[in-house]
Amino acid sequence: MAKQITVSGLDAYYGSHKAIEDVSMTIEPASITAFIGPSGCGKSTFLRTLNRMHEVIPGARVQGKVMLDGQDLYAGDIEPVSVRRMIGMVFQRPNPFPTMSIYENVAAGLRLNGRQAKSKTDDVVERSLRGANLWNEVKDRLNKPGAGLSGGQQQRLCIARAIAVQPDVLLMDEPCSALDPISTLAIEDLMVELKSEFTIVIVTHNMQQAARVSDRTAFFNLAGQGQPGKVIEMDETSRIFTNPSEKATEDYITGRFG
Amino acid sequence: MSAVQHISPARRFKDRLAGGLVYLAFAIAVVPLVAVLWMVIQHGVARLDLEFLTHSMRNIGARDAGGGAYHAILGTLEQVALSSLISVPVGLLTAIYLVEYGRGGQLSRAISFFVDVMTGIPSVVSGLFILAFWILALGMPFSGFAGALALSILMMPTVVRSAEEMLRLVPNDLREAAYALGVPKWRTIVKVVLPTAFTGIATGIMLAVARVAGETAPLLLTVFFTDSINEDPFNGPQMGLPLYVFDQAARPTDVAVDRAWAGALTLILIVMLLNLAARFIGWWRSPARNR
Repeated sequence: MAKQITVSGLDAYYGSHKAIEDVSMTIEPASITAFIGPSGCGKSTFLRTLNRMHEVIPGARVQGKVMLDGQDLYAGDIEPVSVRRMIGMVFQRPNPFPTMSIYENVAAGLRLNGRQAKSKTDDVVERSLRGANLWNEVKDRLNKPGAGLSGGQQQRLCIARAIAVQPDVLLMDEPCSALDPISTLAIEDLMVELKSEFTIVIVTHNMQQAARVSDRTAFFNLAGQGQPGKVIEMDETSRIFTNPSEKATEDYITGRFG
Repeated sequence: MSAVQHISPARRFKDRLAGGLVYLAFAIAVVPLVAVLWMVIQHGVARLDLEFLTHSMRNIGARDAGGGAYHAILGTLEQVALSSLISVPVGLLTAIYLVEYGRGGQLSRAISFFVDVMTGIPSVVSGLFILAFWILALGMPFSGFAGALALSILMMPTVVRSAEEMLRLVPNDLREAAYALGVPKWRTIVKVVLPTAFTGIATGIMLAVARVAGETAPLLLTVFFTDSINEDPFNGPQMGLPLYVFDQAARPTDVAVDRAWAGALTLILIVMLLNLAARFIGWWRSPARNR
């Protein structure tokens, strides 16, 4: 079920370089939250701290608190692997497993975690592919390799793979930046459908996209090269795009910089 | 503003010249390969018959025709299988450590360095080492297993290097995709990284096998010689195809020299078959098959 994320005083580092500083925000359940901002301002880094993917990179570390419905994800005895089971992720470049078929790709989360009952897996695969609006396109070739699909289909396959493990939250790191406008539209429609079941967080460089799909928007910026990124403003999407309270936000969304 | 230009004759000439040189270099590189194959096939087919493949050299007199290399083929297969059994797991695990866990730390740099050193060990030295350590110091008998130990010293660094390269080629995206599904790291390696790199790793292992299958010097010092069939690789002298070729070629009769050629051809065929097998497994496992 969709859950709420509360972040307070979060810093993230790559080695000695501080990438983001003092981020605090609340991400509402069963809604879409968009992160916008210029390149290198730490949006993706912040997104990756939410499911403890940041620390996968050598030398990367995090300070601060991330609470998922009141549970601290960075408490000492929390298993990062279990966090990632609850908070799924879709990446910028579609990355289906090349050695697996379409079916196996969707079932990967279940199978790799050891739970296997063929009939149940069949159900999950169908439900996930339907959920990702891909079922009708691939139902006759589930045993073909996932890498044989088009870019947009691959990305929807990755979304199906992510929702197959029934996460509470779905993080999407520029999921449409490698796709054509038609595929982008398909994925945006999908996000809107999925938000009843999942809390969705999306990083995007496309401001129209943020305006179209998101309920709330956070604007990230950095003071200068080598400085850490910060959240400048977070509000209802309609407000951010029509009447932001910060000058920097207005400059960015009107195209004056970035 | 400059207009669109025609290709100048000088450039066209240089292009032709460079192209010609590349083809020439290719031809020169292929000459030894074709020549070796041609010679071995030409001289080897004469004795490559059923008798050769099914009989040993037991009770074959110095001038007698007949006899075969069954004992040597058996020995080579057992020795290479044993040395693969030792060096593939160790080499693969080392490569996994270097790529997935070492992260360029002190230990992984030390391992890398020693793997490089191992790559440079002359094969006779690895044979001498096993002779001195296993046979002389520990008092073990000459055996196929001692030969396999010497061969695995040569095989291990090759396996580590090739597997390491293949694992590094696996895109990090795939590891992250698996992590993001809540798959633990070790499972990601076993179920995603290794299958993705499988074809390359198999090819690397086959190259390593091909390399050690033709080694003579370490076997001379560890496996010794025999003209009889010894099926037990753990006890008593065995034979190997390289040893067989070495032994027969040194004998002063034409029939022995013919046997040496046939032995060499058999060795080439075995290595080729293993390579084909690896290719087949790679093809069979690859997703391209279903496309």
